[in-house]
Amino acid sequence: MTQQSCDPTEQNTSPQPTSGTVAKDEIARFAKISDQWWNTEGKFRALHELNPLRTKFIRDHIARHFKRDPLEERPLRGLRVLDIGCGGGLLAEPMSRLGAHVTGIDAGATSISIARSHATLMGLQIDYRHYSPELLANDGEIFDVVLAMEVVEHVADLSEFLSISSALIQPKGAFFLSTLNRTLKSLALAKLAAEYILRWVPAGTHDWRKFQKPSELAAYLRPLDVHVQDLKGMTYSPMADTWCLSDDLGVNYIMYANRSL
Amino acid sequence: MTLSDLNTPDIDVDLLIIGGGLVGSVLAVALENTPIKTCIIDKGEDIDLSDADFDGRAFAISASNKNLLAAIGLWPVLEKDASPILEIRVSDGPSLLALHFDHKDVGDQPMGIMLENRHLRCALRDRLSSSQRARVLAPASVEALVNAPGGVQISLVDGRVVRAQLVVGADGRGSQTRAQAGIKLTRWPYPQTGIVCTVRHQRMHMNIAHERFLPSGPFAILPLTGDALGVQNRSSIVWTERADLAHVILDLDEDAFRSELMRRFGDFLGNIEIIGSRYAYPLSLQFAERFVDNRLALVGDAAHGMHPIAGQGLNMGLKDVATLAQVLAETYRLGLDIGGSQALSQYAKWRRFDHAAMLLATDMLNRLFSNDIAPVRIARDVGLAAVNAFPPIKNLFMRHAMGVSGDVPKLLRGQPL
Ligand SMILES: Cc1cc2nc3c(=O)[nH]c(=O)nc-3n(C[C@H](O)[C@H](O)[C@H](O)COP(=O)(O)OP(=O)(O)OC[C@H]3O[C@@H](n4cnc5c(N)ncnc54)[C@H](O)[C@@H]3O)c2cc1C
Repeated sequence: MTQQSCDPTEQNTSPQPTSGTVAKDEIARFAKISDQWWNTEGKFRALHELNPLRTKFIRDHIARHFKRDPLEERPLRGLRVLDIGCGGGLLAEPMSRLGAHVTGIDAGATSISIARSHATLMGLQIDYRHYSPELLANDGEIFDVVLAMEVVEHVADLSEFLSISSALIQPKGAFFLSTLNRTLKSLALAKLAAEYILRWVPAGTHDWRKFQKPSELAAYLRPLDVHVQDLKGMTYSPMADTWCLSDDLGVNYIMYANRSL
Repeated sequence: MTLSDLNTPDIDVDLLIIGGGLVGSVLAVALENTPIKTCIIDKGEDIDLSDADFDGRAFAISASNKNLLAAIGLWPVLEKDASPILEIRVSDGPSLLALHFDHKDVGDQPMGIMLENRHLRCALRDRLSSSQRARVLAPASVEALVNAPGGVQISLVDGRVVRAQLVVGADGRGSQTRAQAGIKLTRWPYPQTGIVCTVRHQRMHMNIAHERFLPSGPFAILPLTGDALGVQNRSSIVWTERADLAHVILDLDEDAFRSELMRRFGDFLGNIEIIGSRYAYPLSLQFAERFVDNRLALVGDAAHGMHPIAGQGLNMGLKDVATLAQVLAETYRLGLDIGGSQALSQYAKWRRFDHAAMLLATDMLNRLFSNDIAPVRIARDVGLAAVNAFPPIKNLFMRHAMGVSGDVPKLLRGQPL
């Protein structure tokens, strides 16, 4: 395990969140484009378009789980939410506005500094750290809700990542995960079309072999006492130029699970 | 510079609405049962309208906008003063029954309702004055507007400072908010003036609206509610006249004005008597080049001014409100930035089709009506029918097109946000 960051633009900040779960080449790839996090027409356009959809999925499940009204002013108030791989804070900010105490961690230092300054601009208080899940686990931190959105396809050791993430969830807490399925359709659509044809995401963003089937993730999680409750596809409708939740898990999907103990 | 570098605001809200006309006020009321905090500023005096003289102006409100008024809780207050339009009779020149549309042909809802300006305004003012979420500052106007990354800081002329995530320009045709954002305007002036007044007539109108195409422009007779005795004998007149003639007509004494009116009105409702004042509106069609900008959205006449040929000005503004309110409520409830470019482009995209269709239809109608060739005159009635009298056809077309740009906004279907 090295203490050297792969982020070419970053200063020597400490502590360094490097470990087995963080893939170094992945961090470097994101560092190059991290100044684009908040450009809705830039490299993260697809993520911005997905954001309302996944936020709604998360808000509604959290509200039901913690017995809140999802349409009230701050339905997540008082809840401790951890956003793993928070990037520029696209999801952490809405969670904070909905009332949660948010901790956002990311392996990219540039992303974290962008997330921090953006939150300041927006008048939000979010605890952003250039940190790793294992460091948080070592600190003995625990959260009501853990989010791992679009990260498992980028981690080096999935099994270790999931067991550490699960340990960060409070018993009876909620876990959300979204990623890409490993199907021929996802190879065609998410990898080839999105990266090379539509140029939605920079070429080389994804390694198709790292994509996970929902059943494989569920199998990893079950021994960790984390049980899948809901699973939805996030599909793009080219006619309407919008994303919607569906039962088609073939490409992008989002999962909600509970930790039982 | 960021917002935190600026002075602490006196008023901190989510949304600042500049212009408390009908459209701006309805927006604030529509957002009342969402968590969004609004502030309206209007340069006008806060006059007590309940004592105001009967002002004669009335609007034809479409069925979907009636749903909007119901969904935001204003309908129970307005219902007793609303007059349904059950039939529309369109005629070209002197032939009185060229075309005839009955609401029974298209469903059991009235084709629209007539509502008087003063009733709408009183209902809005009452609601806003007791609102928990909306604050009204009047008279007040903007001295300076600073658009910083996290929001907008607005200094008022009276020295107070308002901070908001989003500014809505609802300040009418001559919108300064639009001009200051550098949004260009496309304008087609018509050499026409709209003369508006109210009449009492001998016979009952039976809730029938008449639209007549006279050489100098359309002439509309719109059924209002009855007087204190409950007799259905008042109508609102929208009379389009050549601009040069209009001021001559407006300057006529009462008897002469009345006989000019009678010549166009006819005697099918018996004798008529003019009640209240006469109003004049110069007519033009105008469109803002875009409806959104950095942390700014335009609604109502600030975004588009219609020729009243199709009586669609307020109706379009209310649809803007239904759409924007839903986008803002959903965005806010997801914890997303209500002034962000995503929310704004969603609003613009959702309204784009309707605006373009209305622009096209109005322009087409105007071309038809400034022409006197016989086949064109027949086509006129059909053209008018498509815009005015057959909302189902328009809705079908719209629904089709909206499959691409989204659904019909909830409020227009009578559902709460
Ligand atoms: C003759 C005629 C007949 C019509 N008939 C119909 C009809 O039958 N049906 C229909 O749907 N529509 C009709 N219309 C159109 C309708 O009147 C308008 O579309 C509607 O009133 C627009 O409302 P608004 O709130 O956008 O603008 P406005 O009513 O113009 O309100 C603007 C408000 O902003 C305030 N303001 C302006 N500038 C500033 C500033 N700088 N700072 C602060 N406040 C400011 C003003 O004081 C005002 O209160 C008709 C129009 C005409 C001319």
